[in-house]
Amino acid sequence: MRPFDYQRAERLEHAAQLAADDDTMALAGGTNLIDLMKLQVETPQTLVDIGRLSLGEIADEGDGLRIGALASNTATAAHARVRSDYPVLARAILAGATQQLRNKATTGGNLCQRTRCYYFTNIDQPCNKREPGTGCGAIDGIAKLHAVLGTSPHCIATYPGDMAVALAALDATVEIAGDSHERSVPVREFHRLPGDTPERDNVLEAGEIITSVTLPAPVGGTQIYRKVRERSSYAFALCSVAAVIDMADNRFTRADLAFGGLAHKPWHDPRIADLLVGSEPSPALFDKAADLLLEDARGYGENDFKIPLARRTLTAVLCEATGVEA
Amino acid sequence: MSVHCKQDAPDERNVLDSTKQGVLGEPLERPEGLLKVTGTATYAAEFDAESCLEGVLVTLPVVRGTITSIDRESVLQMPGVVAVITDERLTGRAAQGMAGEAPFQPAQQVCYWGQPVALVVAESFEEARDAAKHLSVECNADEGDAPLDPDTVEAEQRKPTKNGDLAHAMTQAAHSVDATFTTDGHASAAMEPHAAMAQWDGQSLTVHASLQMLKFNRAELADSLNLKEKQVRLIAPYVGGGFGSKLGISQETVGASLAAMKLGKPVRVVMSRQQVFQTIMRRSETTQRVRLAADSEGRLTGFGHEARVSNLPGEEFAEPVLQSSQFLYGGDNRLLQLEVARIHRMTAGSVRAPGEAVGVQTVEQAMDMLAEKAGIDPVELRLRNIPERHPAKDKPYSSRKLAECLREGASAFGWKDGPRKPRHTREGEWWIGSGVASAARIHAVVEAKARVTLRPDGTALVETDMTDIGTGTYAILGQVAGEMLGLSLDDVEVRLGDTDMPPGSGSGGSFGASSCGSAVFLACEGLRDTLAEKLGIEASDLSLKDGFALWENEKKSIAEVLDGKAIEEIGHFEPGKSTEDYAVASFGAFFAEVAVNHWTGETRVRRMTGAFGFGRVLNARTARSQCLGGMTWCIGNALTESLLFDPTDGHLANCDLAEYHVPVHRDVPDLEVVLLEERDAAASPIQAKGVGELGLCGGAGAIANAIYDACGARVFAYPMTPDRVLAAMPDK
Repeated sequence: MRPFDYQRAERLEHAAQLAADDDTMALAGGTNLIDLMKLQVETPQTLVDIGRLSLGEIADEGDGLRIGALASNTATAAHARVRSDYPVLARAILAGATQQLRNKATTGGNLCQRTRCYYFTNIDQPCNKREPGTGCGAIDGIAKLHAVLGTSPHCIATYPGDMAVALAALDATVEIAGDSHERSVPVREFHRLPGDTPERDNVLEAGEIITSVTLPAPVGGTQIYRKVRERSSYAFALCSVAAVIDMADNRFTRADLAFGGLAHKPWHDPRIADLLVGSEPSPALFDKAADLLLEDARGYGENDFKIPLARRTLTAVLCEATGVEA
Repeated sequence: MSVHCKQDAPDERNVLDSTKQGVLGEPLERPEGLLKVTGTATYAAEFDAESCLEGVLVTLPVVRGTITSIDRESVLQMPGVVAVITDERLTGRAAQGMAGEAPFQPAQQVCYWGQPVALVVAESFEEARDAAKHLSVECNADEGDAPLDPDTVEAEQRKPTKNGDLAHAMTQAAHSVDATFTTDGHASAAMEPHAAMAQWDGQSLTVHASLQMLKFNRAELADSLNLKEKQVRLIAPYVGGGFGSKLGISQETVGASLAAMKLGKPVRVVMSRQQVFQTIMRRSETTQRVRLAADSEGRLTGFGHEARVSNLPGEEFAEPVLQSSQFLYGGDNRLLQLEVARIHRMTAGSVRAPGEAVGVQTVEQAMDMLAEKAGIDPVELRLRNIPERHPAKDKPYSSRKLAECLREGASAFGWKDGPRKPRHTREGEWWIGSGVASAARIHAVVEAKARVTLRPDGTALVETDMTDIGTGTYAILGQVAGEMLGLSLDDVEVRLGDTDMPPGSGSGGSFGASSCGSAVFLACEGLRDTLAEKLGIEASDLSLKDGFALWENEKKSIAEVLDGKAIEEIGHFEPGKSTEDYAVASFGAFFAEVAVNHWTGETRVRRMTGAFGFGRVLNARTARSQCLGGMTWCIGNALTESLLFDPTDGHLANCDLAEYHVPVHRDVPDLEVVLLEERDAAASPIQAKGVGELGLCGGAGAIANAIYDACGARVFAYPMTPDRVLAAMPDK
């Protein structure tokens, strides 16, 4: 850990002003940032503690729900409306980390969680995300956790979180504030693909702070979060599927799906809903959906298994949601 | 006074079955348990001293090379930095268990990625950690000559065990199995990281350390530092898990000691979790070929087990994969062959039941395959193949509860007899199946001394440098003394973990309880003789119970007998011929039920039963806990634990507890432990054998067999992660 300055922000504008400096990072729960600072993966000169800002509220927003950036993962997963109207979100949060971590982790911090790539977290290894231009150690290295969709020659890291995968399925929106502006970004567009700038995980600009996430009016349906992992808790997803599915007259009326563990962002492919909605569920149809999902998938040796695994996990989720037997 | 016993013959007297206190074997709580669960037991890093400095090891991201220069000035001006220690006595490797001498290599020669090469000392831990990352080190890298892949380098063969002609037996067999398995490397993954706090007074060194075997560690440290043993004192009253990783001294103990000696101030060094993973002993990965030849009844006519393991050049240790294959099952035609590949990964050494923890499970999978081919119930197949005498050495077993464990375990588990066919039960997405495996672990005893004092008030004090690494040493040594001296556990004080006290065996290889327990037993025999003498009676006529001496119809409190004078004895136990004349080992059986997800290959253990026989049970609670711990490691071994080494530069990628997956609570279902009563007179004077490691010797094979029984996937690679299970899943 490098020495750093610590500042506590009392107002949002103040936090945004401080965070405008390239060497300044915002501190919320600290469950990811502090670990990375100890490893010198993150070396901010200044930490702006935003923990005292009034951003922890979870409140109705029209028919929808606004979840404050500082609401803890535990509070969000336990919230009555989240449990009744957006159960996929509660399930995704509870599938991640441990109770102790969820007590500290926040909505905004969790969206900004950095990859678990072994080469990113080891400063003696090459990593274009941590240190642009040094290369990617994972492409020819230990790539079991890594992405099979949307990769680039510069980075094959995955976004590791669960919560954001559910938020992508629910088509939630990230509310962002700067010193003198506010803007909204759909969760589905918040995280980026690595391309040739893998150092940027998301579209947040310097000086911008996440203030909340808003969920649209509830849509009901069957909501599933399916996470595949080696051990049954405290492990990141090899592959995960968040699904919000509704049926009428044995046809899909809604099929909002997002995938974790496969890409640099929660993966959402609108063509899958286009294919499914209006059709009768069947193993053949599920296969077609998987074909679409994995059309451009590419393995890197150790993670080749994720391609068939994603197909099987998607099939399992669709079978569970529709009652079809494969 | 001292009572010495070199055990050259079985001790059939079973003294501890005729004593009256009734405290031995009872499921008593650990006397130090409350301290531990309330965070008030003091571990190595928690000892403090005035103006204690903090040291952080500097590790080099190079797989092989020679250090040419270290630029101390690059960090000496940084805030708080006091010194950079680059002394040639700083060790680059950890010492192997029971080495008793300095580890192999000085730090100037880098032999594996992440090797410590220097120590930065500063006023605060944070300052030292920052400076350690900034130290400029010049190194002549020699990476071209650093083989990393154990499968492709030439290997050294160890002396084989050969009887008859295995190849011929295979061709003549009615049923045969020839299968090759792999197991990935393991880390000990003890909760307490390696830590030491050293103080030097100009003459002698005192180190609060986290070590398992102080007698040996003291010799190793003295040798490393060019000191006399009597100048070194090690203190380790509590050790937060060892699992082999603290058998020998490591870099933090040497580093803290060197710095304290140079600077004349106390110095503490605590390894980061990443450093523990990257520099402390690994269990070697293994490749194992198992061949079984059997007649039409499933009786073994041939048994082959060949294994390839790896280690650094210059290291003698080779994961003893074949240890129990020597004596577990019969078969006249035998070939056991171990070979060692020399590669540049951190030292391979003892990790949780070296040998059997990876060697039994593959044999047990092969036995399952044989049972299927022969159409025999897998439990029955094992019962048919328990040999009369040691199959290679033709000597008798001292005692062996293998058949009883298989039968009683099967009964407790509810095992369904008969030949088996996979995919018989499905619950929703999950295939359900069960599997069995035998357990076996060699027995070892090590020279040990303990002093027992009967104090004038009639209470007892037990002292030895033996450690408690979370196993229950405080409880069991107190119970042995209490049983022998007629005292409740409350009236026996046990002091451990200080080389100022008589040298015990240390904790390792499951030998601590029987070795140190025997030393305490011998000391107490001497004390009983003295009490009898004071009373003018034969020792055989004396009973001790609840603080009273009883003989004929007389009764007198022990305090009264002592008449104001303490008496003490040192018990000195030495292994002798009895463990050579007999095949001495602990045995057991595992039964596991698993659920395998049809879609994802995820495997979850639903329940597990282990039945074990390991001689006299000294404390049914701590013995059961040892078995539970072992069975939990079986789950990790079978399903999740794997060291991942980068193929290009050989560094360990998953070097923390988030990415090296030991089982979490949710992975560990209700585990049932059946303890069988057994007395092994050849094993030790207290008729006890080892239990610490037995619970993880073979159980991963029961889980592997259950996976096959559930879904028909025969997986040959450990751990059986979802990708590996899916790849083997029929009709995927």
